[in-house]
Amino acid sequence: MTRRGTRFVRGAAGIAGAVVIAELATRFGPFDPDDVPPASTVLLRAVELAGDGEFLPEVAGTIRAWLGGLLLATLASVTLGLVLSLTPWLNNAARVVVEFLRPIPALALIPLAIVSFSSVTQSKMSLVFWAASWPILINTLYALRDVDPVAKETLRSFGFGKAAVLLRVSLPSAAPFAATGVRIAASVGLVVVVSTELFAGAGEGVGGFLMESQSGGGRPDLMLAGAVWAGVLGVIANALLVALERRTFRWHTAQTLEAA
Amino acid sequence: MSSVLRGLRVVSRLWLLVLVIAAWEIATRAWKDDFFPPPSKIVKALHTMWFSGPAGQFFLTDKAIEDFKPSFTNLFSGWAIAAVLGVVLGVLIGRSQLLGDVLDPVLQFGRSVPPPTIIPFLLALLDLGSPLSITTIAFGVIWPVLLNTADGVRSVDRLQLETARVFGVSGWLRLRRVILPSASPKIFAGLRVSLGFALILMVISELIGAVGGIGKHLTTAQQTFQMADMWAGIVLLGILGCMFNLIFMLVERRVLAWHSGVRRNDA
Repeated sequence: MTRRGTRFVRGAAGIAGAVVIAELATRFGPFDPDDVPPASTVLLRAVELAGDGEFLPEVAGTIRAWLGGLLLATLASVTLGLVLSLTPWLNNAARVVVEFLRPIPALALIPLAIVSFSSVTQSKMSLVFWAASWPILINTLYALRDVDPVAKETLRSFGFGKAAVLLRVSLPSAAPFAATGVRIAASVGLVVVVSTELFAGAGEGVGGFLMESQSGGGRPDLMLAGAVWAGVLGVIANALLVALERRTFRWHTAQTLEAA
Repeated sequence: MSSVLRGLRVVSRLWLLVLVIAAWEIATRAWKDDFFPPPSKIVKALHTMWFSGPAGQFFLTDKAIEDFKPSFTNLFSGWAIAAVLGVVLGVLIGRSQLLGDVLDPVLQFGRSVPPPTIIPFLLALLDLGSPLSITTIAFGVIWPVLLNTADGVRSVDRLQLETARVFGVSGWLRLRRVILPSASPKIFAGLRVSLGFALILMVISELIGAVGGIGKHLTTAQQTFQMADMWAGIVLLGILGCMFNLIFMLVERRVLAWHSGVRRNDA
């Protein structure tokens, strides 16, 4: 069997094993079945939720805010990264500002976002924007700094202007690393969206759904099934972004080494 | 002459920060929106609330001790649990290809579950406060440590392992003297990521289900419309994030001093 085949079989065995162990632990473990439902019940609920007319719109709302914020952050951060790398005098000073703003955890801004925006969707998107901007901006800046100077000089000595150098050399060679930043930002963004929904309540999105299943007696099976779906979303997003990176940057040598 | 140059360099770095803060101050004063107090007011609130205590308490007020203590205890307990479990599991997974293959999909899934989504479930199961926060933090921040440790252990130089074998170094001694040191830059990188993440999870777990701590302070300030107090909480968390990162970097540089000299581009 090929290495890939072996890995696949072993991984499948691992998933099956994990489910069986979770099932045994929840059935015969020390927990109260009202608090901790059996793993099989949770999986069943998760499957049911996939066809649930109430759950699906919430998932769509979460995804919309997540992707919207991510897209805006990508556009803004890459543009800002380009501008800063073209103007060293601004870049120098901007780095200090970035270092002051970046450590502020996005989730600490949740209360602020809630009082400043009228709709939860707006709060979610702006918080994702905030959280997603930093990894993308930092990666873009680093990548633009490491662009091969010989390539730039070569273009310049052939008489190309600043814009052409930027478009033909700097941007393509920085893109793979910036894309890695987008991937990191995506997973942070999902955490931020769900957290905002949990806190803001109003039953919006996956987080709102979870909070509603929690209140009034509580449905732990539904809560865990919702968490399973959130995890699946994260896995799918990561896989899609990795596949996209592989496809788009196949020419790039760094791509053969798995980036962090 | 050189001091003039140095002064110029400082100015070239700091002018934008000063400009931004000045603009913020002027705009918020002119606008007079209650939700956006001027930075001078925020700094004042920050100072009177937390840092105007007696010198015997390191200038911390009673409120500061009341707010910081549960937050820091939860943060570092959760982080420490995740660090120990993550390194132990990571070493096991990194040493055995079979175990790595079997567990890889499960770990990828576990890593992808946004940790806050398990808070509603934990709310029913655990007591509010420390148990909830510590569990959320430990669950959320174990992944970077675990995956980085496994990766670091997997990529230990083969030559080093074989040399150890030739000299009859095996078992515990090989782990402590060869494998862990060689994986340590990656382990430290994982620990640093997870420390920053632990701060975030501390905030959200305290925002939702806490009886005390900095997150609770934020919700109380928001609900009672004490906007300067709320902003001060945000600034405080930013400062803490900065500080943790700085301290960790100093420790890392110290512990790994021998390493960066050996392999400069590994960290």
